[in-house]
Amino acid sequence: MAVDAVEVEDLRKSYGPVEALRGISFKVAEGEVVALLGPNGAGKTTTVEILEGFRRRDGGRVSVLGFDPASGDRGLKDQMGIVLQTTGVDPYLTVAETVDMFRGYYPRRRGRDEVIRLVGLEDKATTRVTRLSGGQKRRLDVAIALAGDPRVLFLDEPTTGFDPGAKRNAWDVIKGLAGLGKTIFLTSHSMDEVQFLADRVVIIAAGKIVAEGTPESLMGRQQADTMIRFRHAGTLPEAVRAQAHVDGDAVELVTKDPTQKLYELTSWAVQNGVTLEGLQVTRPSLEDVYLEITRKAETTGATA
Amino acid sequence: MRDLELAFRQVWYINKAFVRNPAALFFTLIFPLMFLVIFTVIFGNGHIQVAPGTTVRVATFYVPAIAAFSVINACYTNIAISLSASRDLGALKRIHGSPLPVWAYMFARIAHAVAMAIVLVVVCAAFGALFYGATLPTSTLPAFALTLVVGAAVFSALGVAVTAVIPNADAAPAVVNGTILPLLFISNVFIPLENPSGWIDVVGKIFPVRHFADAMIGSFFQVSGSGLHANDLYVMLAWGIGGLLFGIRTFRWEPRT
Repeated sequence: MAVDAVEVEDLRKSYGPVEALRGISFKVAEGEVVALLGPNGAGKTTTVEILEGFRRRDGGRVSVLGFDPASGDRGLKDQMGIVLQTTGVDPYLTVAETVDMFRGYYPRRRGRDEVIRLVGLEDKATTRVTRLSGGQKRRLDVAIALAGDPRVLFLDEPTTGFDPGAKRNAWDVIKGLAGLGKTIFLTSHSMDEVQFLADRVVIIAAGKIVAEGTPESLMGRQQADTMIRFRHAGTLPEAVRAQAHVDGDAVELVTKDPTQKLYELTSWAVQNGVTLEGLQVTRPSLEDVYLEITRKAETTGATA
Repeated sequence: MRDLELAFRQVWYINKAFVRNPAALFFTLIFPLMFLVIFTVIFGNGHIQVAPGTTVRVATFYVPAIAAFSVINACYTNIAISLSASRDLGALKRIHGSPLPVWAYMFARIAHAVAMAIVLVVVCAAFGALFYGATLPTSTLPAFALTLVVGAAVFSALGVAVTAVIPNADAAPAVVNGTILPLLFISNVFIPLENPSGWIDVVGKIFPVRHFADAMIGSFFQVSGSGLHANDLYVMLAWGIGGLLFGIRTFRWEPRT
């Protein structure tokens, strides 16, 4: 079993009367990619900034690579790469100068050109930061995070505001880092991103963890709820009608056993020469699962 | 050892960004020299007694006075405004998340400002020597240099400290100029004070600007003795230490929102 790079136990944080984190616990193994997923205001940034050492916790235990991040220990900073939610670098330096400046702070370094190539900015190496697009600045952020060849990377919504192409590029970069054996902890509110990148997902809503697991297992949880939809104005067989939700000619059917239910439905239709118009069978996407879970959490969360 | 190297390396990067920023260049380097020319042209023809038995043309008076202003401008004003800008940008937060020691970063900011201040003082002195025959002090040069260094350090500390009350980068020039401009007018810098009236004298002497100006002007024109104005330096140091302690307690690496 791999060593845990990040351990969080009963982490609590309040801003005045608002409890941003109400006792969350999770672990990230060395070399694992874990995503913290949740709606805006769920406590994602608070969590990641406590791990990075920018914010103090009110309670609980936190360890990153064996260090308490609140101590601001340099031994930890030496091994940690950070991408903050907003870019913050001097606008008058060039890409290459910025990467070099940050590389110098770390005892272990990756090559400047290598880092710039990794994020696909080699054409912009001598361009000043002020002339980069938003997406390019974000990639520079990732380059800075890699400059010290970190063991653990914290990425706070690394692709927010990216166009689809840039997003795909960034994902490839992050995937590549995972391939190098880096431990990566990222926050996101995009399901596609998490599904593509993460080994494991921790879903947080209103300051509490509401679900945790691999993307596959989270989807599996809700397998019960396969949805069958079609349009039919006439009568339906008894077995179908009992479970269906009919709105005009639109019929919706939620089932735990789609094989059986579809067989009943289609065999009935074929025998009676009925065409089921617009027949759709949908398994819930991770997006649906996530919305379902966070909605439940937000309605019951106040009393949880 | 490596950290000291990092600190000096940081000065180099700060300077690189500084020389590429036209506004910073203008306000730090050109602005004080503009004041020197304008003041000497407008008010330069009168005479003023700068030390017991020493009367000089006002144009000459402005050489050390604007040298003092240059130091205040390069250290207090420049540090406060540029730190606030970096803070708003998130650049300070980014640096704070890296292993660069806090002291190394602050040292670099201050060392760069002090270097700019020294350059400006040399330019002012050369200007005075060239156009007004205001010869550089030789016997009092150590006192003049010490005053310069103490002043640069004190106003740098105050520049860091004042960022605590600057809400955001847009407000920085207002807060900085609002605190320093009135003092520059009543502290023997912009306007020579031969016999300051009571309240101006009292108020001016509470703050470090007047003491700095008096010490700079005094050591520049004094013909005998060391020229050291120790009492003025003590008041400045008190302000500097106060600013330093306040700065350490209140300094913020993240935007104040």
